[in-house]
Amino acid sequence: MDVDPVLLARLQFAFTIIFHIIFPSFTIGLSAYIATLSALRLITDQERFQRIAAFWTKIFAVSFAMGVVSGVVLSYQLGTNWSRYSLAIGNVIGPLLGYEVLAAFFLEATFLGILLFGAQRVPPWLHLVAAVAVATGTLISAFWILAANSWMQTPAGYEMRGGIAYPLDWLAIVFNPSFPYRLVHMVTAAYLTTATVVLAVGARYLLAGTFVEDARTMVRMAVGLIAVLAPLQLLIGDQHGLNTLAHQPIKIAAMEAHWDGSKPGELVLFAWPDEKAETNRFEISIPHGASLVLTHDVNGLFPGLTSVPPADRPPVLPPFLAFRAMVGIGLLLIAGGLGGAVLWWRGTLFAARWYLWLAAHGWWLGFVAVIAGWIVTETGRQPWVAWHILRTADATSPVPAGSIAASLALFVVVYGIVFSMGIYYINRLIVNGPRGSAIAAPDAGLPSRPLSSVAQTGRESFGAG
Amino acid sequence: METYLPVIWAAVIGIAVVMYVILDGFDLGIGILFPFARSERERDQMIGSIAPFWDGNETWLVLGGAGLLVAFPRAYAVIMPAVYLPVIVMLLALVLRGVAFEFRSVARTSKAWWNVAFAAGSAVAGLCQGIVLGTLIVGIEVVDGAYAGGPYDWATPFACLCGLGVVSGYGLLGATWLVVKTDGVVAERARRHAAPLLLAVLGFMAVVSVWTPLAVPRIAARWFSLPNILFLWPVPLATALVAYRAWHWLRSGRELLPFVAAIALFGLGYLGLVISSYPYLVPPSLTIWQTAAAPASQIFMLMGTLVLLPVILGYVVLVYWLFRGKVREGEGYH
Repeated sequence: MDVDPVLLARLQFAFTIIFHIIFPSFTIGLSAYIATLSALRLITDQERFQRIAAFWTKIFAVSFAMGVVSGVVLSYQLGTNWSRYSLAIGNVIGPLLGYEVLAAFFLEATFLGILLFGAQRVPPWLHLVAAVAVATGTLISAFWILAANSWMQTPAGYEMRGGIAYPLDWLAIVFNPSFPYRLVHMVTAAYLTTATVVLAVGARYLLAGTFVEDARTMVRMAVGLIAVLAPLQLLIGDQHGLNTLAHQPIKIAAMEAHWDGSKPGELVLFAWPDEKAETNRFEISIPHGASLVLTHDVNGLFPGLTSVPPADRPPVLPPFLAFRAMVGIGLLLIAGGLGGAVLWWRGTLFAARWYLWLAAHGWWLGFVAVIAGWIVTETGRQPWVAWHILRTADATSPVPAGSIAASLALFVVVYGIVFSMGIYYINRLIVNGPRGSAIAAPDAGLPSRPLSSVAQTGRESFGAG
Repeated sequence: METYLPVIWAAVIGIAVVMYVILDGFDLGIGILFPFARSERERDQMIGSIAPFWDGNETWLVLGGAGLLVAFPRAYAVIMPAVYLPVIVMLLALVLRGVAFEFRSVARTSKAWWNVAFAAGSAVAGLCQGIVLGTLIVGIEVVDGAYAGGPYDWATPFACLCGLGVVSGYGLLGATWLVVKTDGVVAERARRHAAPLLLAVLGFMAVVSVWTPLAVPRIAARWFSLPNILFLWPVPLATALVAYRAWHWLRSGRELLPFVAAIALFGLGYLGLVISSYPYLVPPSLTIWQTAAAPASQIFMLMGTLVLLPVILGYVVLVYWLFRGKVREGEGYH
C-alpha cells in the first residue's frame, strides 16, 4: 500500500505538537497564577495563599517537565521530517526558534529551581521574584514561538533569492502582521485554560466537602478571571479573525465554509462541507450572519473558496469543524464565567451544586479549545507551510514513508506511556490536595531541575495517598 | 565577516557538542553500567551520583540541535534526514530514560521495569549517537545540497563500530565518575570495570584511526601529507600518554584523575575528528561556509548567545560546585 509520506509527516508533526501544546497552554497560565498567589501572600500575610501556591507548584512541576520533554523532540523534527522547510526559511525561522530555546534554558537554569524547591528556604519576596520571573519566562517563550508561527502565516521583512528566504528587517519579521493578534489570543487562551482547571479542582473539593477554605479561594479567583477574560477573548478573537481576513482570506472562507464570494456570507451553524461538489450539505445557517461578523456590514462581501483553484485551497472540514468547537467552548466559558459571577454576587456560588458539578466536569474545555484553535490556524494555512512562500508538500525531507510510519508508531507508544504516567501523577496530587506542607526541599538543598521535581511530587502523592 | 561568522558559530556549536558528550556521557554511562549493579541500594547510589545534574546535561543536546538549525540550516537539512531513524530512536530513548530515571524512585511494583528502561534507554541513546557520528565521519551522499541516500545508509559496519565505541566511552566516563562520586562496593566495582572499558575505548579509537585514512583518502591526505604530519603527530602521542596515565591512576587508587583522563581521551578523540573533517560540516561535500545561514541571521542569534552562554556555563559550574563530594550508600539526593 502506498501511503503519502507528506501526509505521514504531517500526522507525526500534528501528533507531537498537539501533545506538546497541552502543557505550555497550562503552564503559561499556571505560572502567572502562582505568581499572583505569591504576591497575595506577601501583601495579606495569609497562610492559605502560600498553601494554594505550594499545591499548584507541584502540579506545575510535572506539567513543565512534560512540556520540556515533548519540546526537545520538536527541535529535531524540523530537520528529520521537514528538512526542505529548514533549508528554505531557516534563515528567518531559525533565530526565532533559537531565541526561544535560549530563553527557556536561561529560565530553567536560574529561577525555576527557586520556585520549585525554594519556598521554605528563601524569603517570600525572593520567592515572588522567582515566580514572576518564571511567569515572564514562559511568556517570552510563547513570544518567540508565536512570532515564528505568525511569520509562517503572514511573512514580512524578508526577500526571496533562489527559493530561499533572507532576512531584511528583524523588527518586521518578529512583529509581522498577525503576530500581535495571535500572541494576545493565545496567551489569553492559556490563562483561560488554567482558570478552567483551577475552577474545576476547587469545585471538585467543594462538592466533596474537602479543603473548603482553599477551594473557595480557588473558585472565586477562577470565576473572576473567566468572567473578565472569556468575554474579552471573544473580542480578541474577532479582531484576530479580521486580521486573518485581511491577510489570509481563503482561510476565513474555509472556516466559514463560504464557497461563493459574490454573495453575502451566511453564518453556518452546522453543515458538512462537500469539497468535491463545492457546497455544504445539511446546512443550518443564519443568512448574512458571517458578513455581519466579518465585515461588520449585513451585505458585506468577502472572498469565497471558489475564488482560488482547488490546488490552492485549504481542506475545508478541519478548520470549519474545529472553528465551531473553539467558538462553542468560548461561548460556554463566557456563560460559565458570567453565570458564576452572578451566583457569587447573589452569595450562592458555593451552594449551587449544579454549577460546581458542571465546573468540576469541564476541566478539559480550555485544552480542547486551544487544540481546536491551532487546528483552525494550521490546517487553514494549507496548502502552504509558509504562506505563499513554500508549499507543505515541498517542505518535507527526502525520507521514505516507511521510516516516517515506523517513527510515528514509536512516538505514539512512548508518548502514550509518558502521558498516562504524567496524568496519573497530576491526578494523585489533586486527590491529595493542598495539605499545608510545601514540597520538602531535597536533602542536598539545591535547585534541582524540573524532571527531578517529578520524583519529589510523585513520592509525595504516594506517601500521602 | 562572512568568513569569520561561520567559524565562530562552528566554535559555539562545537562547545555545545563537547559539553554534551562529556556531561551527558557520564550520566548515560551510569545507565550503561546499571545492569552490573547487584542490589537496589547500589542502583540508588549510582542514580544519586547524577541526580542533580542529568537533565541539565541533556539541555546541551537541544542547544546543539537548535544551534545547527540556526547557524547552519543547510547542514541541518542534510544531516537529519540522512540519520533519520538513529536520531528519532535516540530522542525517544532519551525521553524514556528521562522519565524512567524519576519514575523508578516512586514506583512500587514496576520498579524493575523502570530499571530496564533506564539502562536500555541510556545504551540505545549512546549507540545511536555513535552511529550518527560514524555516518558523519565517512560522509553523506549529497546531490544539489540535499540528502540523496536511502533510509538505511547509516547502517554500515563502520557506523555500528562507532556506536559501540561511544557506548564503551560513555561507560568509561560513567565508571570513572562513580570512582569520584561514590565509595564502598559501587566505587570498587566501577574501578574494576573502568580498566576493560579503557582498553575497549583504546581499541575502538585505534580501529577508527586506522580505518578512516584507509577508507577515506581525504582523511589520509589531511593527516599524512607534509607539512601537516609535522604538526599533527603529537595528537596520537598525547592520546597514548593519557591512556597510559589513566591505566596507572586506576591501578594506584587515584579518584579524580581517572575521570579527568577519560575526559581528556574524549577531548583528544574529538580533536582528531575535527582535524579529519574541518572545514566540512557534512563531509565530503559541504563546508561550514557553504551551509551557513545568512550573515544577518547568524549575527542576530549570536548577540543573544554570547550574552546567555556564559550565564548558562556559570550556572553549570555552580551546580557542580554545590554538589561536590561523595554520595554515600543510602544517602541519595532523595
